[in-house]
Amino acid sequence: MLDKQGIAKRIAQELQNGWYVNLGIGIPTLIANYIPEGIDVVFQSENGILGMGPFPFEGEEDADLINAGKQTITALPGAVIFDSSNSFAMIRGQHVQLTVLGAMEVADNGDIANWKIPGKMVKGMGGAMDLVASADNIIVAMMHTNRKGHSKLLKQCSLPLTGVRCVKKIVTNLAVLDVTDQGFKLIERAPGVSVEEIQAATEGRLIVEGDIPEMQF
Amino acid sequence: MNKIVANAEEAIKGVESGMTLMLGGFGLCGIPENCISALVKSGVKDLTCISNNAGVDDFGLGLLLQKKQIKKMISSYVGENDEFERQMLSGELEVDLIPQGSLAERCRAGGAGIPAFFTPAGYGTEVAHGKEVRFFNDKPHILEAALTAPFAFVKAWKGDRFGNLIFKGTARNFNPVMAMAGKITVAEVEIMVEPGELDPNTIHTPGVFVQRIFKGTNYEKRIEQRTVRPKI
Repeated sequence: MLDKQGIAKRIAQELQNGWYVNLGIGIPTLIANYIPEGIDVVFQSENGILGMGPFPFEGEEDADLINAGKQTITALPGAVIFDSSNSFAMIRGQHVQLTVLGAMEVADNGDIANWKIPGKMVKGMGGAMDLVASADNIIVAMMHTNRKGHSKLLKQCSLPLTGVRCVKKIVTNLAVLDVTDQGFKLIERAPGVSVEEIQAATEGRLIVEGDIPEMQF
Repeated sequence: MNKIVANAEEAIKGVESGMTLMLGGFGLCGIPENCISALVKSGVKDLTCISNNAGVDDFGLGLLLQKKQIKKMISSYVGENDEFERQMLSGELEVDLIPQGSLAERCRAGGAGIPAFFTPAGYGTEVAHGKEVRFFNDKPHILEAALTAPFAFVKAWKGDRFGNLIFKGTARNFNPVMAMAGKITVAEVEIMVEPGELDPNTIHTPGVFVQRIFKGTNYEKRIEQRTVRPKI
């Protein structure tokens, strides 16, 4: 079974040279720490920067330089700043090759819910709806089950949707799965996790074909 | 051409209770601190505020919320503010949540004379309720209307008396699009320079979009999430 760092590490293997990538808050943010050797990617933050670098050294924080999670950041050489409408032009216009975000629920048709729990959590969708509606390649990074142990990979989302039929791949603490027309297709198992454990933790349609390899790090 | 006004109190003249205001900024980054303070002092009420976020409990738009001067918020993300959540859940505060890219584009469109546009963002979600759906290139899109406001308040780094503005870092965010969408756009700047000192090639917001400008004072520039790495 993977921890959050492990999920980030596995998703980092999906990065391709030359990609522009938008990372959401939470597990996705950790991916920047595991960029494979020889892979050159540029991180976009939707509040208006391409070329986002690591957190600043203590004492060098700049209130005028933050990411979409409102964290202080740095700008790498070659970075560029722009306004919010230009930022979402990049996203909507599919100039950003990969979006990675967290989710509360994903359905086996690719629907995603991650912004609202009616009556409990109403913080807003931020840029998530624009990101999932437009990106060609959307990977969800999340735990396979919620705190109560219930599956987050469902036949149908019960929470208000963020986007429909948009998720392409899911990396959880248990598995890597592709979203296909027939449902979740099991691609890899996390180290030490059996196909049966993944089946038990998946409520939506799960396709298991042949031997499922373990993730390699 | 001289759009300079003396201070924030002068700059907000004409704002009345019940009005719709746009306010630039992302989180607490690039917010018009001086104008928000002046609005709090003025006591105007029942405001509709279009702003990506709603500040924190004791800073930014949170200051107007504390005094119950806001009737309605139009935003994309309003976490990090307990008083906001309390007012929203109790029904005191009306909230219209819209996708961030749609919010930015609605402001830009408002300023650019485009009354509405189609976007894929929000299709199939509660954001799409009551909105026209149309397919382009076999993909569903929803119709979003432009936003304008009688007043827009923006914060820039440098400006001149023509209203030309340059922003610094990610404090740019929503400020340029809201500057475009305000009937009266008020810009507060950290540094006021003489016309000609700003390189025309690097001005972000042309002065044509700005009606009033003043040099702000006592900027706090509070950091919401201070994140650092250790020095090696």
